[in-house]
Amino acid sequence: MRDRRDTLKNPQQELRIFRMRSLLAVVLVVTLTGLLMGRLVYLQVVQHEVYSTRSEKNRVRVEPLPPTRGLIHDRNGVLLAENRPTYNLTLIRERVVDLDATLALLVELLEISDEEREAFHVRSRQRQRPFQPALLMSDLDETQIARLAVNRHRLPGVEVEAQLLRYYPDAEIMAHALGYVGRINAEELQRLDTGRYAGTHFIGKTGVERFYEDVLHGQAGLRKVETNARGRVLRELGRTDPVPGQDLTLTLDKELQTLAYELLDGRRGSIVAIAPKTGEILAMVSAPGFDSNQFVTGIDVASYRALQNDIDLPLFNRAIRGQYPPGSTIKPFLAMAGLVEGVITPDRAINDPGYYQLPNDSRRYRNWLRWGHGRVDMERSIAVSNNTYYYSLAHELGIDRVHSSMSAFGFGQRVAHDVFGESAALMPSREWKRGRFGQPWYPGETLSVGIGQGYWQVTPLQLATATAVLANRGEWVKPRLASRIGDEPVEGTLPDTQRDIVVEHDGWWDRVFSGMEKVLSGHEGTARRTGAGLEYRMAGKSGTAQVFSLGQDQRYNADELAERLRDHALFMAFAPLEDPQIAVSVIVENAGGGSTHAAHLARAMTDRWLLDDEAPDVEELREAMDNDTGSVAGN
Amino acid sequence: MAWMDLARGLRGYPVRPPESGMSRRKSVWERSHLDPWLLLMLLVLMVAGLAVLYSASGQRIEAVIAQGSRFLVAVVVMLAIAQITPSTLLRWAPLVYGGGLLMLVAVELVGDVGMGAKRWLSIPGVLRFQPSELMKLAMPLMVAAYLSRRELPPRWRDLAVCGALIGVPVLLIARQPDLGTSLLVASAAVFVVLLAGLSWRFIAFLAVLAAAALPLVWMNLHNYQRQRVLTFLNPESDPLGAGWNIIQSTTAIGSGGLWGKGWLQGTQSQLEFLPERHTDFIVAVLGEEFGLVGMLVVLTLFLLIVIRGLWLAAAAHDSFGRLLGGSIILTFFIYVFVNVGMVSGILPVVGVPLPLVSYGGTSSVTLLAGFGILMSIHGHRRLLPR
Repeated sequence: MRDRRDTLKNPQQELRIFRMRSLLAVVLVVTLTGLLMGRLVYLQVVQHEVYSTRSEKNRVRVEPLPPTRGLIHDRNGVLLAENRPTYNLTLIRERVVDLDATLALLVELLEISDEEREAFHVRSRQRQRPFQPALLMSDLDETQIARLAVNRHRLPGVEVEAQLLRYYPDAEIMAHALGYVGRINAEELQRLDTGRYAGTHFIGKTGVERFYEDVLHGQAGLRKVETNARGRVLRELGRTDPVPGQDLTLTLDKELQTLAYELLDGRRGSIVAIAPKTGEILAMVSAPGFDSNQFVTGIDVASYRALQNDIDLPLFNRAIRGQYPPGSTIKPFLAMAGLVEGVITPDRAINDPGYYQLPNDSRRYRNWLRWGHGRVDMERSIAVSNNTYYYSLAHELGIDRVHSSMSAFGFGQRVAHDVFGESAALMPSREWKRGRFGQPWYPGETLSVGIGQGYWQVTPLQLATATAVLANRGEWVKPRLASRIGDEPVEGTLPDTQRDIVVEHDGWWDRVFSGMEKVLSGHEGTARRTGAGLEYRMAGKSGTAQVFSLGQDQRYNADELAERLRDHALFMAFAPLEDPQIAVSVIVENAGGGSTHAAHLARAMTDRWLLDDEAPDVEELREAMDNDTGSVAGN
Repeated sequence: MAWMDLARGLRGYPVRPPESGMSRRKSVWERSHLDPWLLLMLLVLMVAGLAVLYSASGQRIEAVIAQGSRFLVAVVVMLAIAQITPSTLLRWAPLVYGGGLLMLVAVELVGDVGMGAKRWLSIPGVLRFQPSELMKLAMPLMVAAYLSRRELPPRWRDLAVCGALIGVPVLLIARQPDLGTSLLVASAAVFVVLLAGLSWRFIAFLAVLAAAALPLVWMNLHNYQRQRVLTFLNPESDPLGAGWNIIQSTTAIGSGGLWGKGWLQGTQSQLEFLPERHTDFIVAVLGEEFGLVGMLVVLTLFLLIVIRGLWLAAAAHDSFGRLLGGSIILTFFIYVFVNVGMVSGILPVVGVPLPLVSYGGTSSVTLLAGFGILMSIHGHRRLLPR
């Protein structure tokens, strides 16, 4: 390479060029550095506020602290609704290395169905911001928790989170009375105070849980935390503690409630028991029940469909929404109305030929005993449940007075103070019929109403309430479920009740009660077998209602159809006569065999409440009832 | 004695012109062929870098120790290279370049794959390194060596040769794919050509050509590379994905304000919102914790290093030294500009570290080796040119 090219080189010129170029380079370098500096001034001075805010938002997160939901106790302090720690499976996508592999491993570890597996994929995407955990599965069992713990190192981004979840220890028995909580849905989300419910996932859906939602829920708290980019909380910057929900003490007696549920023994029906002096609901059962805990964790579609399609309608709260013709159970109320209106006197008797005829009408309205009860006065009309007496009474009262006097007992109205979703059922009137059918009221319809049939419909709660008012000699009490909120009794806060029923002679009440006592204790009382061996004085009234099926499902077979066409058995009662402590209404759907079945149940309820004895043996009672079926004819 | 030398050295170099032709006692700087100014500024930069690294690494002293020992190795390499005379470098240039090229080809054929790119060459159990890193020095060395033997400014024929010398390795590196390094390697070579006096007309021609080739380049980019460009144009389009880095880094810098949040107090970095905060994005930590003031101080330090480097290059006694030195120092600036520009959001995300501040061994060694060459060029110059 020792050529002569070097001689051609001109070092002076090369140096000059280089100096020129490097000078240019310096200018360029300084300019570009100036550009960077300008950019930094823009970011750090001009836009400092913007980025400062953004950095704060990055770092500080406000986390809601959901309040603990108030507990629910029965009148003796027995826990009916509690909060149990449960474990949820959550996943933070950003921290998962391989989502598909992680989900596959979870599916394998937790042994879940293919359906759930799909749901996992969907749920893993459900979250509002990055680094927020998505809820994959609630209520893990111990085996699952253990498996996850062992495999934790293989599952980055997967966490098991503790959460308090509502739990009902006696779910089936209490389901209808207590109601249940469930996940807040989109519609509820719109009407809720989002501040109060921040961090709360559950809300009362029905029953006490719904009615006392405000009391039970409490107030959410907040904490400001500093988090890192992975969402991990590093320290707490500030905190407002949540205000826990208040505990609720109910008037229900868990033992009585349990007895009522067992008495119904899976039959469709309802039992409501009220303390007449205070209106405290002691038991309110609708059977069949259902496991309300399923609704807390989120019921799966198949189970829900099964419940919905069950022809026994377990989800239907018969106690407050079931509408039944009251049958003869309303006779004592009508008798009282007759006395008040001066249509009858306690002693004036009629002669019953076995039927009743309206003037100028050849149609015979029959007594249940074809040949008639002969001479029937008021007390006997109740004891033997004579129809003719009440056809006459109703006719003379006329529908308007029947309507107003029965409304005074609460029929056709929502009677309770704090029962969610109560139905008003139906107390028919001229106006109602005109509005409903555009037709006038016919006198014959009054006769049907007179024996508790026709358009008249009551709920078990209404019947129990009316019985309580009757037992109170017309003094109104509003049935209620809550006795204490936190440590405060609710008595003082109760709203005005309906107007009391005032009668001219207090003795009239005794005469009606006497008739009712004879139902159980008289030699021809319709429930005299039930009344055998009573240790206290009990007043009651039987009734049968011609079938009115609830939400008929067309798929059942002929045998079932026959069963479901049988009459409903009803009974209302209170005891003891001199100082009523309990008023009960019992309805057993399609019981058949007259009112006997219901009467036995009512007696079992009052026995339990009034006697300190050992609880009556439910099995024994059932046996007795089976032998007894049909032995006492009629209403 | 050495301290006096240092003081004198700092006051102005050369320390003393040869006075009476007598064999004067050479200063320690002359003997070691080092430039005290440059050395001092580099040391200050390294110390500052370690301080920022301590914060950026989540206050792990191990990271600082690891980086410090790499610096130690790199400084030793720098000192060693400073002792090699430029004429030796000139002789070795084709050898080094050829070796680097061979290794790049080897990477292409049998290289290790890591992070989706084929960049490494390894002798299992012994060594594992990136030939492209060597190319950062071999490339300007070769081009400078070639051009220094030609008449300057370069003629068309020379430019064609240079084009080939540059193009082959750059394409090989770009194919790995490593856009950042290929950019740095190319610019190192291009600086040599530019400093050699490439005619303005030709520069304009190249610019037009580059603009025309842009769509072609776009079509040949990898998806992730396109994504980077798109994200750069609009970071908010993908705030959780590719845009996350740039949003978080600008937030870190912007929230630092004038004075910063204080050392170890940057929430963006300490709470791990900032990705790659101890490597490519470390300057965001600096900006957040030391504010505009800290950034300006560091940028000024970089600027002074570049100006000093250009000064040293300009003082070289021949074209080879000048071209090589100038290219090395300008490439160093490209590192700084691309990195800070990227982190502050005025350039797309390209994997270029901040010299001597970002965590990482290889680049520190390469950089300080470059400064070693620069010092050698200056330290071995004949004091009286020609």
